[in-house]
Amino acid sequence: MSEAIKTDVIIIGAGPCGLFNVFELGLLDLKCHLVDILDRPGGQCAELYPEKPIYDIPAWPVISGQELTDRLMEQIAPFNPVFHFNQMASELKKLDNGHWQLKTDADTVLEAPVIVISAGGGSFMPKKPPIPGLEEYEGKSVFYSVRQMEAFRDHDLVIAGGGDSALDWALNLQPLVKSLTLVHRRDDFRAAPDSVNKMRALVADGKMKLVIGNIKQVTGENGQVESLSVKTKDQGDIDLSCSRFLAFYGLTMKLGPVAEFGLNLHENLIPVDTEKFQTSEPGIFAVGDINYYPGKLKLILSGFHEAALMAQEAFRIIHPDKKLRFQYTTSSSDLQNKLGVNDKDAA
Amino acid sequence: MQINVTDQNGKRHELEAIEGWQIMEIIRDYGLPIKAECGGSCCCATCHVYVTGDWLDKLYPMRDDEDDMLDETFDREDNSRLSCQLIMSEELDGIELTLSDGARP
Ligand SMILES: Cc1cc2nc3c(=O)[nH]c(=O)nc-3n(C[C@H](O)[C@H](O)[C@H](O)COP(=O)(O)OP(=O)(O)OC[C@H]3O[C@@H](n4cnc5c(N)ncnc54)[C@H](O)[C@@H]3O)c2cc1C
Ligand code: FES
Repeated sequence: MSEAIKTDVIIIGAGPCGLFNVFELGLLDLKCHLVDILDRPGGQCAELYPEKPIYDIPAWPVISGQELTDRLMEQIAPFNPVFHFNQMASELKKLDNGHWQLKTDADTVLEAPVIVISAGGGSFMPKKPPIPGLEEYEGKSVFYSVRQMEAFRDHDLVIAGGGDSALDWALNLQPLVKSLTLVHRRDDFRAAPDSVNKMRALVADGKMKLVIGNIKQVTGENGQVESLSVKTKDQGDIDLSCSRFLAFYGLTMKLGPVAEFGLNLHENLIPVDTEKFQTSEPGIFAVGDINYYPGKLKLILSGFHEAALMAQEAFRIIHPDKKLRFQYTTSSSDLQNKLGVNDKDAA
Repeated sequence: MQINVTDQNGKRHELEAIEGWQIMEIIRDYGLPIKAECGGSCCCATCHVYVTGDWLDKLYPMRDDEDDMLDETFDREDNSRLSCQLIMSEELDGIELTLSDGARP
C-alpha cells in the first residue's frame, strides 16, 4: 500500500461545489486534496453542459458551464489545491487517531481530520451496452476508457461510439494498433467536425474501417474477446474479429461507493443539518447536490452558501484551540495575503 | 388534459397533464420511474420514451441534438423520442407513451 498523504480536508468530487469548498476552507488556512473520477474539474457543468449558458450565478448575468469552472479554478488557485483525477473515492474508514482515511481505486491513500463529500449526482460512470456476457471481458480486453495507450499497441481494435471520446481515441490509437474499426449506429457523428473529417480521410485511405450498425454479441474465451457480432442495415449481421474493444457510449451518474460509507441516506442523498452541513458522522460534511435538508434546492448557489458554513465547523474540528474570527475579504489584510492580492506583498 | 404512460413493468397510468410543461416533467412529477438526469436539457437521454401509433406524427419533428442523444441509448426504435423535448399541448391530449428501460432511475 502506498504511503498516506496527509492533509487538512479531503474533498470527494471536483464539481462547482467541490471547487468552491477549496476557497472557503482556504480562507481559513485549510489545505485541500480533491478526488474525482473525471479527468478534469467542473462536474456536471463540464461534463454535461460545458457550452450551455447558466443565468442564475450571482453577479454573472450569463456564464457557460465551462467558463464557470474556469473562473472557479482561477479563484481557488492561490490555495494550491491538489487534484487526484481519474480516480474513484472508494473506501472510507475511521482511524484510531480520529482522522479519516480515504482510499481510491488507483490506490491513492489520503488521511485527514475532515472529509467533505461533494459528489453531486454521483460518480460519472460509463454507460454499458446491453451485450450479454460483456462483464466477463471488462478490464481484460474490453474497456470504457483509455488509461495507457500502450495497452492497445499491435491489437485488432474495435471502437464503438459517435461522440468526441470515440473519435479522439480512434485518431490517437490508429497509428499504434494493428487494425482499427469504428462502429456507430448512424453515419452521422456528434464529435467535432474536424475529428470526423480526419476519421473519414483515414477510412478513405484504407487505414481504418467504419461500420454502421449495432453491436449485439461478443465471443471469446477467458476474458479475451475474439469477435463482435454487428447488426448492420445494408450487410445484415457481420462478425468483426478483434482482440480489444473500447466502448464510448457516454457517461451517467451513479451514487457509487459513497453509498457504502456507512452514512445515513435519504433516497440516495446524504442528510445534513443546515448549520454546519455535517452528516450523521462528525467530521464528514456534504455540500452541493449530494446533500439533503428540508427546502434543499439543487442549485450551484446553494452549494456555495453551504461551503461557507461548512468551513467554519471544519476549522473548529481541525483547530479546536484556535479562535475563529469573522473577516471580510474586502478589508482583511490577512485574507488578502492568503489570496496573494495584498499590495504590500506584491511590492 | 391527460397523458397515458405505460411504465417499464407494463402498468399503464393515466396522468393529468399541464399545458406547456415538458412531458418528462409531468411523468416525473407523478413519481413514475424516469431518471431525467439532465433535468430536461436534452443531454442525457434518460427520459427516453416510445410513442404509440399515430401519435408520433402529431409531435413536433425531432431536432438534431435529440437525434444525437437518442443514438446514445441502446434501445432506440423508430418511435423513440426524448420526453423532455415534447411540450404538452391540446393536440397531445390522450397521447400514449411507454417508458424505455434506459429511463429507469
Ligand atoms: C443541463 C443542466 C443544466 C443546469 N443548469 C443549472 C443552472 O442554470 N443553475 C444552477 O444553479 N444549476 C444548474 N444545474 C445544476 C448544477 O449543475 C448542479 O447543481 C451542480 O453541478 C452541483 O455541483 P456539485 O459540485 O454538487 O456536483 P457535480 O457537479 O455533480 O459534481 C460531482 C462530482 O463528483 C464526482 N464524484 C462523485 N462521486 C465520486 C467518487 N466516489 N469518486 C470520485 N469522484 C466522484 C463526479 O464525478 C462529479 O465530477 C444544471 C444541471 C444540468 C445537468
Ligand atoms: S431529461 Fe435529459 S435528455 Fe431529457
